[in-house]
Amino acid sequence: MTNVVNRTGAIRGDSIILLCTLRNERIRLPYFLRYYRDLGVNHFLFVDNGSEDGSAEYLQQQPDVSLWSTPGSYRKSRFGMDWITALQRKYCHGHWTLVVDPDEFLVYPFCETRPLRALTDWLDTSGIRSFSAMILDMYPKGPMDAQPYREGQDPFEIAQWFDSANYSVKRNPGNGNLWIQGGPRARVFFPEDPIKAPALNKIPLVKWNRAYAYVSSTHMLMPRGLNLVYDEWGGEKASGCLLHAKFLDTFAAKAEEELKRGQHYADSAEYRAYRDGLKAQPDLWCKWSEKYINWRQLEILGLMSKGNWA
Amino acid sequence: MTDGRTDLVAPQPPNGTLGFVMLSHTALHRAADTARHWAERGCPVVIHVDKRVQNWSVEKLQADLADLSNVRFSERFACEWGTWGIVAATQAATEVMLAEFPSVRHVYLASGSCLPLRPVKELIAYLDERPRTDFIESVTTEEVGWTIGGLNMERFTLRFPFSWRTQRWLFDRYVALQRRVGFQRTIPNGIVPHLGSQWWCLTRQTLSAILQGPDRALYDRYFRRVWIPDESYFQTLVRQVSANVESRSLTLSKFDFQGKPHIFYDDHLQLLRRSDCFVARKIWPHANKLYATFLSDDAEGQAGGEPNPGKIDRLFSKAVERRVKGRPGLYMQSRFPNEHWENGRTAAPYSVFQGFSDVFENFEGWLGKVTGTRVHGHLFAPDRVEFAGGEAVFNGALSDSAALRDYNAKSFLANLIWATRGERQCFQFGPGDNQELNWFMALDSNAQISVISGAWAVPLFKSNLNFTDIRREAARLQKIELEHLSVLRHGAAKARIRIWNLAEFIENPMEPLQTIVDEISPRSLRRLTEAPRLTDLTGFGQFLQNLRNQGMQPVLMGDFPVTNDSRPSDSRRGRPYLVK
Repeated sequence: MTNVVNRTGAIRGDSIILLCTLRNERIRLPYFLRYYRDLGVNHFLFVDNGSEDGSAEYLQQQPDVSLWSTPGSYRKSRFGMDWITALQRKYCHGHWTLVVDPDEFLVYPFCETRPLRALTDWLDTSGIRSFSAMILDMYPKGPMDAQPYREGQDPFEIAQWFDSANYSVKRNPGNGNLWIQGGPRARVFFPEDPIKAPALNKIPLVKWNRAYAYVSSTHMLMPRGLNLVYDEWGGEKASGCLLHAKFLDTFAAKAEEELKRGQHYADSAEYRAYRDGLKAQPDLWCKWSEKYINWRQLEILGLMSKGNWA
Repeated sequence: MTDGRTDLVAPQPPNGTLGFVMLSHTALHRAADTARHWAERGCPVVIHVDKRVQNWSVEKLQADLADLSNVRFSERFACEWGTWGIVAATQAATEVMLAEFPSVRHVYLASGSCLPLRPVKELIAYLDERPRTDFIESVTTEEVGWTIGGLNMERFTLRFPFSWRTQRWLFDRYVALQRRVGFQRTIPNGIVPHLGSQWWCLTRQTLSAILQGPDRALYDRYFRRVWIPDESYFQTLVRQVSANVESRSLTLSKFDFQGKPHIFYDDHLQLLRRSDCFVARKIWPHANKLYATFLSDDAEGQAGGEPNPGKIDRLFSKAVERRVKGRPGLYMQSRFPNEHWENGRTAAPYSVFQGFSDVFENFEGWLGKVTGTRVHGHLFAPDRVEFAGGEAVFNGALSDSAALRDYNAKSFLANLIWATRGERQCFQFGPGDNQELNWFMALDSNAQISVISGAWAVPLFKSNLNFTDIRREAARLQKIELEHLSVLRHGAAKARIRIWNLAEFIENPMEPLQTIVDEISPRSLRRLTEAPRLTDLTGFGQFLQNLRNQGMQPVLMGDFPVTNDSRPSDSRRGRPYLVK
């Protein structure tokens, strides 16, 4: 992993840092950066895994971005986590860090009126070190390629819909984290093989300590206490959602490319299932799909919780 | 703040009858804004800054306020939570206030993260109408319900040399040890300990009586070792010297279930405005809109009545309830209760019918019509989920894939009941279905489970299978249903469970149906006028006898005579037991 541009000198003691691995996501970057800057992210650490579409050149020009690049294998680096962990250890000790993909957009309680710092300040005073935000797969109505995504556009103008109560929740006794699956991907791509459906539980926001490590993507962490983002005695802890803008017109090309590279989890079984599913039934929308309004709606539907933050 | 600039040219008004003592330790620029606001409106301010704050930021604060003649800084103490330092700081700052500002009659104790919600002149007017009143929450240890760590009276009778925040283990051990050996400190002069919010507003008379009283050294020595003395020192001693205690705080300050103060943000603006409280804490330091609004002079008071924090109280108590109890029947990323801690296994009542659709020909349609509920087929059927109307997807985008359902049956049922809150769900069940949730449902007080035992034999009786296959299947289903019934009859079961055997049920089906329907829709307490159509059971007794003859003993159906004419005649079929 080589450094392309290092602006980490601009990181202050209380900066909130976002980390992201990407490959060929140029079209998504303007909106992505705007979204997280508006939430109050102070600095971005990107790892570019061999983009050929100008992603790296674009990121280099951004004043709050530090960029690394690597031609290495995504799979062999534990799906990018080795790269991210190295950067976290070096630059993020004592900082709130948010680790997301370029198609993941964090919503949390009161995110329309309170910046991310309000949340991290509250987590600090509450003695909470990690914050859960499960992936919520968003999809358009009709075929994915019917409404092309334009650069800079809010992807959820297109992918407006989600499954509201179609999620399996289990406990992973080893690491103490929850294992959540379901949503449109399980419903459409894995109806006969649910165990292969991708994990949706994520813990993307952590007050980082150099002794911490993500174990598998951002699904779980070490030490295992960081995974206890849920209450076991009936109460609700505060949590958010990562709105997932994967299912746009860009998806088919991505699936094809990733399948060829074979760099994804479980031999890209997910992408293979997508390709087959996409050919058969390209519409994830169903008559019980819910149209996205705001975080309060997700809260009422029980997909996330305010906990005792009021 | 922006409002201060124009006032700089205007002469500062003379000092009035109200002074503020401000304890600050973070976000000093906000403390400065608030102090300036009060000082420029004729209220002297004495600021205490936590000794642990860096000197350079204290110097900056002092420089920021240097133009104000009625602002003082008092001797600095380290204010670790729960320790004497906070009281010492308050004493010192109050003494400065009393000594240097003789016009002050009421001293208001505030923090650097407090914000005035109403113009200070309204507060002054309010106090001027009550010149002898001391506003301080002060209740006896028996009356408080909010203390941390379960320590009420013991705060006053034990010793606490260890920090609760940083040496919790030692703290707890030492408390336990003292309890075991029966250690008790003596309370001086037989004073009665009182507790209450740290934020008070006391008169000069009261404060000077406390601070200059003959026993001050004695009391200070005692309270120095009381746990969280800032919630008890003034609260207790005020009772010794004041005849006019109004036991409430003028500062709106709410605590969550861990004893941390709730924080106010910009989106609380309207709530705060309508609360009619004089001062609120704690304000998030970056709540720019709150500071801009409430520190400007445009913030005219509403009706100017008594403080009325009811709405804010409700908001915060709901938040605590959400954190502690959560929403019953919800399983999600931040609420995953251990078994028996669900506080409601499912979100709403639902009904499970076993055998009814075997005995009646149009049961599902009839039930939906009579009760106005959603009636599904066998949700746990082996091949697919039989959603009402044969839909492939249902509420919440649940799929009819049996594999998806069986992958996590508990999530499936909990999801269904959660996603359909407001519409009661009914479904058919039987020994041919996935039995994984038998215990879950039996222990669920939301479940209404009605079983006609042995009714699964009716479809077999009507089937066109070879009799050997029928016998084998009958034996299998009977074994499964027996196991299920033993679960339902277990003493721990919490569901509303009713079990009839097939024979007794068809003897008089209307009465059980009426009971079940009444329970589902209690408001429409009316007699059933239309019955579902009972299936033709002519020859069923012989069928059971054939099973017996082949070596399978059917035990769940009750007594069916072998003769064919035991059933109602054909002419009455269809409306067999209509009760008018």
